[in-house]
Amino acid sequence: MTDYNFAYLDEQTKRMIRRAILKGLAIPGYQVPFASREMPMPYGWGTGGVQVSAATLTPEDVFKVIDQGADDTTNAVSIRKFFQATAGVDTTEETDKATVIQTRHRIPEAALNEDQILVYQVPIPEPLRFLEPRETETRKMHSLEEYGLMHVKLYEDIARHGAIATAYAYPVKVEGRYVMDPSPIPKFDNPKMTMPAIQLFGAGREQRIYALPPYTEVVSLDFEDYPFEASKADHSCELCGADDSYLDEVIVDDQGGRIFVCSDTAYCTARQAAQQDTPTPQAQEAAV
Amino acid sequence: MTLQNSSDAFRSEYTDHSAPHPLLRVVDIEKCYGQRIGCTGVNFDLYPGEVMGIVGESGSGKSTLLNCLAGHLEPDQGEVLFDTRDAGLVDTVTMAEPERRMLSRTDWAFVHQHARDGLRMSVSAGGNVGERLMAVGARHYGQIRDEAIDWLGRVEINETRIDDRPSAFSGGMQQRLQIARNLVTGPRLVFMDEPTGGLDVSVQARLLDLLRGLVRQMGLSAIIVTHDLAVVRLLADRLMVMKDGHVVETGLTDQVLDDPQHAYTQLLVSSVLQV
Ligand SMILES: Nc1ncnc2c1ncn2[C@@H]1O[C@H](COP(=O)(O)OP(=O)(O)O)[C@@H](O)[C@H]1O
Ligand SMILES: [Mg+2]
Ligand SMILES: [Zn+2]
Repeated sequence: MTDYNFAYLDEQTKRMIRRAILKGLAIPGYQVPFASREMPMPYGWGTGGVQVSAATLTPEDVFKVIDQGADDTTNAVSIRKFFQATAGVDTTEETDKATVIQTRHRIPEAALNEDQILVYQVPIPEPLRFLEPRETETRKMHSLEEYGLMHVKLYEDIARHGAIATAYAYPVKVEGRYVMDPSPIPKFDNPKMTMPAIQLFGAGREQRIYALPPYTEVVSLDFEDYPFEASKADHSCELCGADDSYLDEVIVDDQGGRIFVCSDTAYCTARQAAQQDTPTPQAQEAAV
Repeated sequence: MTLQNSSDAFRSEYTDHSAPHPLLRVVDIEKCYGQRIGCTGVNFDLYPGEVMGIVGESGSGKSTLLNCLAGHLEPDQGEVLFDTRDAGLVDTVTMAEPERRMLSRTDWAFVHQHARDGLRMSVSAGGNVGERLMAVGARHYGQIRDEAIDWLGRVEINETRIDDRPSAFSGGMQQRLQIARNLVTGPRLVFMDEPTGGLDVSVQARLLDLLRGLVRQMGLSAIIVTHDLAVVRLLADRLMVMKDGHVVETGLTDQVLDDPQHAYTQLLVSSVLQV
């Protein structure tokens, strides 16, 4: 028999992961150790997220995968195919149709709801790692809420760059307690993290799971005189005109021409489709 | 009757001290490494504003004792009572670790012999000085920076160096930066282990002058471990002389250095044993 168990992992492993997820939900922002399994894909391909998705998916779920906002990158496609093959679940690119969304580096632009679960792939779960490499020490710092070092990092940013230059993986404080790495999403996405959907974070190589229950308070760290800013490129999307979505800069020719387009491809596509259905005011004027 | 420089005589000397409570009361501290004695039978009180020097040859147990007092080592026996803000004298050996770590970040400071043990080498000078402020909740960048500039000035580091990493500093500057980083939150008790050790003689002299100035201005309470009698002559009100893990003599600094009672202290003072 070559048949896999539903969603690849055996039931015992899934139970173990679910226990870690539940513990993570009970202690928002706390990194729960778990026995990460070998997955049929290399680390860096989101094995932590894949294991969390495997433990979360049910046959009725509709699954979406995004990588840097896009549904069609190699990474996103291969993870989607993996669960199509091993779990037989339906997949979608439309954010509002999905019940489980696995993501790397973005939160979808469309607001999520209470019936959805967002699963993040996390490379480095420990926000204190860069200033304190000793794991025993960082665990102690979390347990004793000794987070001064996080602000030292932000201080260094301002001293060196004149502003908080951290643009991705911008540290947050969860429910006034644990400092958490939101994974390498742009800081533009940080304010969205207080949301109706459940958020689960899986780090495969580092063997950590953490979680945010719906509506958890998530605050980006900052200084009184250098407040957090959810910044994005100061442009509109070239394709759909959105001025409120996170933009990628795309090189369009070999003369150095650049345009800005939505990083969330599903969002952009949906907006373009809607614009074709209902002509824009300019198009209406032109038609007169 | 000759004055006995024993710890008992020493304590009675201080019973009518104006401060009602000692800042630190050390009771019968012992720490062994296997069969080897690190330090044993150490008793003393430190009153607010006092500087206690601990002298002795290399290997006499000075660092072991200091680390027991500062909570870096757990003594096998004895109590280290500190006058906490909330509850008065509390044994820091048996106190819960979170509280002890909190003390280390607030009321206590520790200056290491090797600056790199006490500094974050990958963080700028300003960040090093600001860390303790941020650890106790400072969240205004401009104020943290002003405070860092002020403290760099106090330890004679030009403010133009504020964004440089300590790895770009000389040994003397690193040590001054470590001192600034420790004193910025106004600790009530400062532990120093050979603060001038490993520095050139001329650099040592400058650091010593600086330390003396800070001790006087701030009215610091401190325990300074050194094998260098010049350091305690300049900084310490009182002395403890250690040999083979035991305290062999205690007393006022001038008294001990000018009229040593114990044969070992006499050797030490006559510079026969000086390194
Ligand atoms: N970690 C250790 N393990 C074993 N023996 C130690 C250790 N640290 C110090 N000692 C021993 O304890 C004694 C006191 O050492 P120490 O406190 O470092 O003296 P000092 O600071 O006066 O030079 C010495 O005999 C030393 O060899
Ligand atoms: Mg020593
Ligand atoms: Zn768009």
